[in-house]
Amino acid sequence: MSAGHSTLTTLGAGPAKSAAPPAALPTAAASVAAVLATVALTATAAASVSRVLPGSGPTVAAGAVVVAAAVLTLLRPALRAVRSARRAATAWSEQRRTDARRAASEAREDAWTALGWCLAALVLLGAVWFLCTNDRAVQRTFFDGQVIGISLKETASAFGTNLFIAVVAQVLILAWGLALALARMAPGRAGRPLRLLATTYIDGFRAVPAIIIIYLIGFGLPLAEVPFLSSLSPVWFAILALTLTYGAYVAEVFRAGIESVPPGQTAAARSLGLSQSATLRHVVLPQATRRVVPPLLNDFISLQKDTALVNVIGTIDAFNQSKIFASNHFNLSAVTVVAGLFILITIPQARLVDRLVAREQRRGKGA
Amino acid sequence: MPFIEIDAVHKSYGDTEVLRGIDLSVEQHQVVTLIGASGSGKSTLLRCVNGLEDISAGEIRVGGEVASGRGTDVNRLRRDVGMVFQHFNLFPHMNVVRNVALAPMRVAGVPRAEAEERARTLLARVGLADKADRMPDQLSGGQQQRVAIVRALATQPRALLLDEITSALDPELVAEVLAIVRELAADGMTMLLATHEMGFAREVSHKVCFLHQGVLLEEGPPEQIFGDPRQERTRAFLRRIVEAGRL
Repeated sequence: MSAGHSTLTTLGAGPAKSAAPPAALPTAAASVAAVLATVALTATAAASVSRVLPGSGPTVAAGAVVVAAAVLTLLRPALRAVRSARRAATAWSEQRRTDARRAASEAREDAWTALGWCLAALVLLGAVWFLCTNDRAVQRTFFDGQVIGISLKETASAFGTNLFIAVVAQVLILAWGLALALARMAPGRAGRPLRLLATTYIDGFRAVPAIIIIYLIGFGLPLAEVPFLSSLSPVWFAILALTLTYGAYVAEVFRAGIESVPPGQTAAARSLGLSQSATLRHVVLPQATRRVVPPLLNDFISLQKDTALVNVIGTIDAFNQSKIFASNHFNLSAVTVVAGLFILITIPQARLVDRLVAREQRRGKGA
Repeated sequence: MPFIEIDAVHKSYGDTEVLRGIDLSVEQHQVVTLIGASGSGKSTLLRCVNGLEDISAGEIRVGGEVASGRGTDVNRLRRDVGMVFQHFNLFPHMNVVRNVALAPMRVAGVPRAEAEERARTLLARVGLADKADRMPDQLSGGQQQRVAIVRALATQPRALLLDEITSALDPELVAEVLAIVRELAADGMTMLLATHEMGFAREVSHKVCFLHQGVLLEEGPPEQIFGDPRQERTRAFLRRIVEAGRL
């Protein structure tokens, strides 16, 4: 420590010299090249598509023109990027540092915008190519309009079974998951056996694949000849199996939610004379449930898709129904229908989860 | 007879002994203040009196009844002794009225309409009538702490425990909270409080206790503790407070 300097501050050698901005010209040039290459690829793809689809030349050409025109609009930001990059270089050589950095930053943003949209166009072209390659093998097998038309009605009505299983299971899972979570958090020495049981259950059912639980319940329960339970229909076996499996996941979601409520909330409620159960009911659970809705919905989306697993015990759900069509027509387009149905119900829920998470974050900021 | 009697109380978390044999009594209508550095055991002592923490040894009596150890009816105890916390701990999912009315409804079984009516009256008395239907996060810290005090009073306790209730507040909001405590003291509410507001402690207390590392080193009337402390540790503590410009 040299004399005269305070012990708390270090005096530097003046402001740092600013370095030259990273060169933007290569990126800008690359974006122009990418735009031109994408346009060329669009033309090539259009040519090969019209070869495998004889008689639909005008439609294919129109589509290609639309894509190519859309890509060509990217030339504007790409060329602007080149101009900005040049401007940046000039400004730097004239010692106008701020202007140089600003122009270089503009060039980079324009270039990356053009590159990004080129990537999107290339993914689209790739998908078209995949459908048409090998004399439209993929398109014929999975997107045969005729087979889709024939199978649509019955597959969609069999999808009702998937929805029924999902809805009933979700209701049961909420109750079972909460019960498991509370058991896992049972307090004190007396709560230990309960905690142990719940922990073992949760670990076990999260470890075993859902399809095996469905198999074991579907084929095991009838053999066991348990009164009432063994005489249930396969649909109810499926509901039971999925409830047992997903109850374990949801228990952990609930537990995380309950533990995320600050301990001060419990202390305040107890200090007011509320009993442990009243505190849980009126103070802890209302706050916990709000926080667990997004992860809970995620688990439910996953559960809805797993209803397709029940075909292993002979339940006629949408997937099983589509497999019947598949073997009758030697064509998998009916399976595509099932995929479409799942997409139809799942994507809105996924968007809903996003909105709920965003809302929860706004609330978290104390807005 | 003292209302709160703390008798040779020990409290440990694992191997750490936080309270090392505390003897203290609070008479009815008396205001007793705990001062001392952070970690000296003030908050832990208050939480023990409220049954939020179990004590390791000793005994606590409230209103002549044993209020510590196995089988204590903590819910009954807490109706007699209310508590206010440093971080307010209002229930964020309920509006202000419901916060105040919750315990009367769920503990004493008062019908909702009546409980909320009484809550509004109490809120009006601390100047928060217009905030009754707001959510807690729409209130300033000082307003939240005033609601927390009202919430503790709604069950009509015979004593209040105040755990550093102004420590989390911006300086300009401290006065509005202390004004209520001052008023409660004038009304004869029995209070045991932990605080860093030495000026306030001096003004409002009947007795001041200095805690140091889990031991009650010195107690006496405020004039004596602040004016003529006997223990070297108390003098050192107060000297640091004065150096920080807080007394």
